[in-house]
Amino acid sequence: MSVTITLTVNGKSVTASVDPRTLLVEFLRNELSLTGTHVGCDTGQCGACTVHLDGRAVKSCTMLAAQANGAEVTTIEAVARDGELHPMQAAFRDCHALQCGFCTPGMVMAALDLVAANPSPDEKAVREGLDGNLCRCTGYHNIVKAVQQGAAAMRKGG
Amino acid sequence: MYAFELHKAKSVADAAALIAKTGGKALAGGQSLVGAMKLRLAQPGALVDLSGIAELRGIRREGGAVIVGAMTRHAEVAASADVKAAIPALVALAEGIGDRQVRNMGTLGGAIAHADPAADWPAAVLGLGATVITSKGRHAADGFFKGLYETALAGDELVTAVSFPVPRKAAYAKFRNPASRFALVGVFVAQAGDGAVRVAVTGATATPFRCAPLEAALAKSFTADAAKAAKVSANGLSGDLHASPEYRAHLIPVLAARAVASL
Repeated sequence: MSVTITLTVNGKSVTASVDPRTLLVEFLRNELSLTGTHVGCDTGQCGACTVHLDGRAVKSCTMLAAQANGAEVTTIEAVARDGELHPMQAAFRDCHALQCGFCTPGMVMAALDLVAANPSPDEKAVREGLDGNLCRCTGYHNIVKAVQQGAAAMRKGG
Repeated sequence: MYAFELHKAKSVADAAALIAKTGGKALAGGQSLVGAMKLRLAQPGALVDLSGIAELRGIRREGGAVIVGAMTRHAEVAASADVKAAIPALVALAEGIGDRQVRNMGTLGGAIAHADPAADWPAAVLGLGATVITSKGRHAADGFFKGLYETALAGDELVTAVSFPVPRKAAYAKFRNPASRFALVGVFVAQAGDGAVRVAVTGATATPFRCAPLEAALAKSFTADAAKAAKVSANGLSGDLHASPEYRAHLIPVLAARAVASL
């Protein structure tokens, strides 16, 4: 069996025929070659696969591609604009908030959702807001600093 | 993942008919079901996606109750000003489920139909004496949760909404498993409009239950001290690598006291 899905990915309309078992992350990586969205644990724990579904952060390894039918999906590839890093990405670089970088796309997508809901998060709000994202390198400290710095830059419209 | 059929339902009646015909399972947010299917802990041959049924979404106040549609996501409950005004304990509970991403997809109806023994929503349903509204009728909270992942729902019966009566006061406290974010133990305490006290416990056994010693203690005195002094037996409670039955029995009055103290 296959089902036809139509969704918007990073601003472009996509129609495809998929096997129902296709996960959203598999569709993004294998069909659309958007490999910035990572598969970490593949069990919904680590958040490396976080994308935005109609503006809300979700784990693309724990949903079917068909569940995104009709929705707008944004991946890490659409966060930078015109060759310029998004202020949140720039803050991750400035704060040394990544070492191996595997979790970073998911961290940035979760951070953007968090900041959309709370433009000025304190440290506790950042730590709670990133509860669904695991990093095995940094110890989180610099990630928290980066999210706060990124949020501050976004408030200034940077 | 293994192959299965996928159908998208247009209405509740359509969904029930598709489930009856295929013998499949309803797909709500999928935050438990999709993960279970990936691990083949669940292997339905067909899924019926409920996400296109508009009537299953939304929150409304009706008389002395807050009615939450089955496909309302945890994050929507957490952000609802209506729920916050009427039953703030539900906002606090919804804010504490899983993580941000899970709350953005997971639904109330999916959570209670799935009936995970450590899920948060069942404690609120039982603690408030809510009514589960389904495609076939209504279920009282007492008797809805039957066992491990087992409810009073028939195979082709869908939760459409939950009606939570507005209490005089209510609160939820949980001891979170830091890895799974599920409740190692969670306790929902409520004092109804007529003064009746209900205390529901999740995470401690295969199915949520009302805790008679705590209800008796809090009926006499709705205070944290009264809750803390209640004795809860470890008999029949779950023991696993995270907590022994005795530890869970110890946590129940402690969490009940924290819930009462938060009011």
